[in-house]
Amino acid sequence: MNIFWKRFKQNRLATAGGVMVLLLFIVAAFAPLISPFDPNEIDRNSILEPPSEVHILGTDDLGRDVFSRMIFGSWISLAVGFVAVGIATFIGIIFGALSGYYGGWTDRIIMRFVDIMLSIPTLFLILAVIAFIGPSIWNIMIIIGLTSWMGVARLVRAEFLSLKEREFILAAKAMGAGDMRIIFSHIMPNSMSPVFISAVLGVAAAILLESALSFLGLGIQPPTPSWGNILTLGKDNIEIAWWLSVFPGLAILFTVLAYNLVGEGLRDALDPRLWQRGR
Amino acid sequence: MLTYLVKRILGMIPTLLGITLLSFFIIHLAPGKPTDVMTEMNPKITPEAREKLEKYYGLDKPIYVQYGMWLKRIVKMDFGESFSTDRRPVIEKIWDTKQKLIDRRLFITFFINLLSMFFIFIIAIPIGIFSATHQHSMFDNISTVFWFIGFAMPSFWFALLLMMFFGIYLDWLPISGFKSMNYESLTLPGQIWDRTRHLILPVFVSSFGGVAGYSRYMRSSMLEVIRQDYITTARAKGLSERTVIYKHALRNSLLTIITLLGLSVPGLIGGSVIFENIFSIPGMGQLFYMSVMTRDYPLVLCILTITAILTLVGNLMADIGYMFADPRIRAK
Repeated sequence: MNIFWKRFKQNRLATAGGVMVLLLFIVAAFAPLISPFDPNEIDRNSILEPPSEVHILGTDDLGRDVFSRMIFGSWISLAVGFVAVGIATFIGIIFGALSGYYGGWTDRIIMRFVDIMLSIPTLFLILAVIAFIGPSIWNIMIIIGLTSWMGVARLVRAEFLSLKEREFILAAKAMGAGDMRIIFSHIMPNSMSPVFISAVLGVAAAILLESALSFLGLGIQPPTPSWGNILTLGKDNIEIAWWLSVFPGLAILFTVLAYNLVGEGLRDALDPRLWQRGR
Repeated sequence: MLTYLVKRILGMIPTLLGITLLSFFIIHLAPGKPTDVMTEMNPKITPEAREKLEKYYGLDKPIYVQYGMWLKRIVKMDFGESFSTDRRPVIEKIWDTKQKLIDRRLFITFFINLLSMFFIFIIAIPIGIFSATHQHSMFDNISTVFWFIGFAMPSFWFALLLMMFFGIYLDWLPISGFKSMNYESLTLPGQIWDRTRHLILPVFVSSFGGVAGYSRYMRSSMLEVIRQDYITTARAKGLSERTVIYKHALRNSLLTIITLLGLSVPGLIGGSVIFENIFSIPGMGQLFYMSVMTRDYPLVLCILTITAILTLVGNLMADIGYMFADPRIRAK
């Protein structure tokens, strides 16, 4: 663990990413304290105002303060990112473990299902489902989770395939441990580091997906602020209000960048094969 | 080689069945009957007419019978009629034989994706090779930064920025549609130029992320190959660096890229919804979005199935490409 921290801290980019992620957590947690205005307060006297001293990132078509809406939007993207990845990781671990441990028909059926899920363009699938079940924040978290577990399943399967033949597993079997015990307390803990990395990168992907859905109008619904749905207003007012397009996009870019940097840093720090090479 | 191909194509059938099953199941997730959309909007509809409609779609039968009926119809490429007011057969909306090839929706989407793929390939591979052969150089570092940004950039935001800069601020390029209003009055070169101008921004947006990603994959694949023993052998034989890189290393590192390119097809097609929407391009993505918004379920099912078939074909093409690049598979 110590070596791990040392490796991670040596990587300046990853540390910068970590600091940005931490900052986002703080902003999301203290949103009501930080934001200068009520994000849903409509002000008919200040419609589509460019950035000024009062409204530092300008106002939207209903006179709402863009900065405040973006602060509250950070909470949404964080929540969607983490819940969706939680669901995806859970499903991926279960399917991957079953597939890798039992092999045979179980493996064949699960992997075929993974192939099927990977051949349907995710965005098409999600849009179709959302259109029929309705776009609430919970539905969006669940549907993003249900359509992004395939990578984790493949990772866990590969780990299980290589781990289940090791001596310590054979020893556990010889001592009479049941399948469930072997899966959950012997193999699982040893296969978690790649899953952890993919979960961090998954948060970034989920945030991007949520913003795209919200942008298309099938994600987080106004008046609830999200970075994606502010960008929809940016598109509608593209010729007159550049600030509605520029700032929320920057927020998405830096958030996703931060998670990706942390994920890559973790990958470098957790992979002992990369240690000797130095950088 | 032929047996491998036949096996590969036969292996697609269960996947295809699975896809149709999944799509069909999703549509029936919706609360109420799919025909409700049609009947609720029309207050004049009588209970008899409603029943007739439900019978036509087989909604009075158990769900597996409905699936069977639907499957039987789609084998004949009959995806039913659209729920929208024009009531046209769904397939005609995607592939309208009355229109010119270049104006058919499926063709437009296919064409733009093919173009993007082409650009991704010819731009990303040289960048990857150069980064790998000049590891830790200035160029390599810049391309790493480019990779991180390209991966984190929401494509729709990038599209908005480009529209603002090239379309509105500079006023160089059109920001919507696939041809101008005066298209029909233009001469042939004028028409081609008009289409090209409309294509620049969408193709740029849809290939940007790919270029970032693939140059990175190409770099790591190349670095992996360069460390292999056979490259050392090639160098020891006294071959020039150029031959070693472009003949021995490139071919082997392309193998990974070909596989990845096949896997990226669903992502590319999925992206069509976003950029066709932003640039108002009349392709499949835009049609899908409209059909989803109006809950036009025969159309939704049809597009889901067709894009999945396109994906499978893309994967197959990648496999065939792999076969040509790798003699070991050909020999099997």
